[in-house]
Amino acid sequence: MTLPASLAGTLLAIVIMALVTYLTRSGGVFVMSRVPIGPRVERFINAMAGSVLVAVITPMAVHGDWGARLALVATLGMMLATRKALVAIAAGILAAALWRLW
Amino acid sequence: MSRASDVRLDLAGTVTGLRRMAPLCLFVVIFGLAFGVAALSHGLSGLEAVLMSALVFAGASQFAALELWGAEIPLLPLIAITFAINARHLLMGAAIQPWLSHLPAGQRYASVVLMSDSNWAMAAADYHSGKTNVGMLVGGGIALWAAWVAGTLLGVVFGSGITQPERFGLDVIMGCFLLAMLVGGRRDLTILLPWTAAALAALAAMTWLPPHSHVIVGALAGGLAGLLLPGPREPAS
Repeated sequence: MTLPASLAGTLLAIVIMALVTYLTRSGGVFVMSRVPIGPRVERFINAMAGSVLVAVITPMAVHGDWGARLALVATLGMMLATRKALVAIAAGILAAALWRLW
Repeated sequence: MSRASDVRLDLAGTVTGLRRMAPLCLFVVIFGLAFGVAALSHGLSGLEAVLMSALVFAGASQFAALELWGAEIPLLPLIAITFAINARHLLMGAAIQPWLSHLPAGQRYASVVLMSDSNWAMAAADYHSGKTNVGMLVGGGIALWAAWVAGTLLGVVFGSGITQPERFGLDVIMGCFLLAMLVGGRRDLTILLPWTAAALAALAAMTWLPPHSHVIVGALAGGLAGLLLPGPREPAS
């Protein structure tokens, strides 16, 4: 199932994303007023939230060029060192730019 | 803890929430700008990028969704990715439900429309310190939303002048943003087990399974691996 990337298709995709996102925002409140979320479900959701980002990033590192890899390494390093997302992202972009300009 | 009869949502509390969130908004504008630039380089129009920020208002899932954009948009992976990345909202909402339960149902479900990480964190702190005004959640959300949309608009306006984003490393913004979000929220190393499972499963799915399935496969593998971890807080409840 795919949508064409026309204006209508893109708008529909955005509306669907918005609905799914609101479902997550309201769902916890809705479910908790009926049944509590148990520790196993909480562990699954916690692990899944980070894992989805890992699953998006890993192929970028494996299939990307050295500029992309360096950018990710720089971001990771700066993030661990400073814990400041903006600094880390800036370092990543700078690393990729320097690699590709020279 | 808050006394049930006192919990309320009003304009004054919302304005206070807006004001308390304002300093953080500067950073959100910059992230929004990065999203605008990334969205253009992935083929979205400026209007579409701004609309996505306005309607979805969830940075990590928006960046991740760009990865799926092409001549066609695969629907199921889009839904799955959006749900999986934003599934943390379920827990966040659940955590403050006892507080919100004192509001009328209409206000309760309206007050989570703009719930995101930072305004939720401040609202949850308010709740636990016994404050009774839900305005932090709503006002903080409005401030963050305005900053995110304004940032995206700036990114779209300035980004459209950049013809070779990869030359300046701008194509890697998305990966760097997601990585920073990933690392920022974590302290204990046990999470490396589900993350490794997710990485390996994603790579395997990329090789052997249909295109775009790797994110879902990786997320599920990571979630399942997370079940193997010992519960950090509850010994045997």
